[in-house]
Amino acid sequence: MTSYLIRRLLWLVPVLLFVAAITFVLMHSVPGGPWDRDKPLPPAAVEQLNRKYGLDQPLWEQFGRYLLGLLQGDLGVSYRQSDRPVAEVISGGIKVSATLGGLAMLVSAAVGVPLGVVAALRRNRALDYLSVSLATLGASTPNFILGIVLIVIFASTFHLLPTIGWGSWKQAIMPVLALSALPTAFLARITRASTLEVLQQDYVRTAWAKGLSVRAVVLRHVARNALIPVLTLAGPLAAALVTGSFIIESQFAIPGVGRAFVTAIFGRDYGVIMGVTLFYGLVVATANLAVDLAYAAADPRIRYR
Amino acid sequence: MRELDSARVTPFPAVATEARSRGLWRDALRRLAGNRLAMAGAAFVLLAAAVAAFAPLIDRYPPNRQDASASFEGPSGRHWLGTDQLGRDQYSRLVNGARVSLSVGILTQIVAVSFGLVVGVAAGLGFRTLDNLLMRFTDAVYAFPDLLFVILLVSVFREAVAGSATRTLVVMFVAIGLVSWPNIARLVRGQILSLRQQEFVRAAETLGASRLRVALVHLLPNTLGPVIVTATFGIPAAIFAEAGLAFIGLGLPPPTPSWGRLVADGYDAITSHSNLVLAPALAIATLMMAFTFLGDGLRDALDPRLAAREPRVRALPVRAQHRLRKAA
Repeated sequence: MTSYLIRRLLWLVPVLLFVAAITFVLMHSVPGGPWDRDKPLPPAAVEQLNRKYGLDQPLWEQFGRYLLGLLQGDLGVSYRQSDRPVAEVISGGIKVSATLGGLAMLVSAAVGVPLGVVAALRRNRALDYLSVSLATLGASTPNFILGIVLIVIFASTFHLLPTIGWGSWKQAIMPVLALSALPTAFLARITRASTLEVLQQDYVRTAWAKGLSVRAVVLRHVARNALIPVLTLAGPLAAALVTGSFIIESQFAIPGVGRAFVTAIFGRDYGVIMGVTLFYGLVVATANLAVDLAYAAADPRIRYR
Repeated sequence: MRELDSARVTPFPAVATEARSRGLWRDALRRLAGNRLAMAGAAFVLLAAAVAAFAPLIDRYPPNRQDASASFEGPSGRHWLGTDQLGRDQYSRLVNGARVSLSVGILTQIVAVSFGLVVGVAAGLGFRTLDNLLMRFTDAVYAFPDLLFVILLVSVFREAVAGSATRTLVVMFVAIGLVSWPNIARLVRGQILSLRQQEFVRAAETLGASRLRVALVHLLPNTLGPVIVTATFGIPAAIFAEAGLAFIGLGLPPPTPSWGRLVADGYDAITSHSNLVLAPALAIATLMMAFTFLGDGLRDALDPRLAAREPRVRALPVRAQHRLRKAA
């Protein structure tokens, strides 16, 4: 198990190297550069800036230098935010993105899981159909379109909530709801399927036969076992929420990593593009690893060598 | 007399002939036709396809014709869905925009499926080193956050094609297709690995069929069901990606109407003229839902074992259901 873990962790290095190389090449093949302004800078100034940041050197040399810096924990600086370190841009943004994603995760767990359990208990009844249709609706509505519908209702029509910014709980409501629809639907679906399977088990029949109360059977015997497969998916789901909020963050003007990335793309801010890509790559890869480990922990039949 | 004998040998001749005439695919089709939600989804997809195909015939104005005197008109007999800021007829733009969403949805999946099938089959051929290499590659691509990679790819190549709508569309097919294939490659490889253990494959190998022949003739066709299902679920994801790209300003160059662009344009006037953003938003959501229903139906139809795994018995004992109802 330990050697498996070490091997997987070591494997992250070439993966991230691959991600870094691809991003570096792609990024530098976008025409234009970080010094493009509405009013073009004089060529001499551009040349000087390029020299200052080493952008006048061959691509492979720039990449080498970047990797060298990376080894020392240096992600470089943002060319657009007056030399602010990229690490700072990311750490500032991730607090916001993680809060947004975390809240969405909480909402989806609080709604999706009970919805799935109840749907399974009331299988093929009105409540089941209702929750299955809600799940399908949630799974097939893009988050920013849900955001639009929310804005039309709560901001344009009733003037209850602000449409942009981040900081107060009022500003968080719409983006969190919009972002949590898909994971809620997803959690409801898998919880329902897994609960249905558990309800079939002999130990559940035994629990009924013992004359346990509905509450005891459902909470202690059914829900607990049904949640194992759900829990193992929580890691990647959280990662997907934190790294998948580009559009929502842009829509609601939320100062998270996603919006920083979109801004960086338009501004050719190479340092920020690289930093965010690598950081998100690390988050996703770690989440993928976490799910494999969680499976092993939850199911003793799975052994990694 | 002879006929009688043969009838005695095959006790249920009717069943036997029926079984012979029913192929896997025809069987699946019949199950699909019995699924009302899936049929509703298919109907909407066909409707959208018809609208896209005949857009120039059913639109009422050229989609890009501006009319400065008719800016922000509400829905009326002249403009069914109103007009946008530039006085363009929203209905005509919506009808023409269907072409982009549908083609992005379907063509990206064609890119993803072809790439995924090649990688998946190659990995499943049975050469260890090749398999390891390809799967590591797939894992590495998997580590890219999807949307980030699509944004990166599109931002790179849309500049290179300099404002041509058709070429930007091709860029989107490729970019979205490139992040979708690892799913299919993993699926195909997994299927092939489990199929290799089955008798009919062993038999083919024993009879001296080459690895390539086994892969293409015996393995590949048996993986197609799950691949079709995955691709169907990939279509709404691709439609979402196109709309999202347009929304953050990386869509097709203006004035080409696409549902994503209509949402982005209408979003600027969301507080004053919310009808402009709602129509394309609902169109996108409905089309995505239609494909999801169709995908659900296809999955149940193509893999009856999955559907059958849902227990047939009542989920709770009757007595418990009564108690539950009382408690509620």
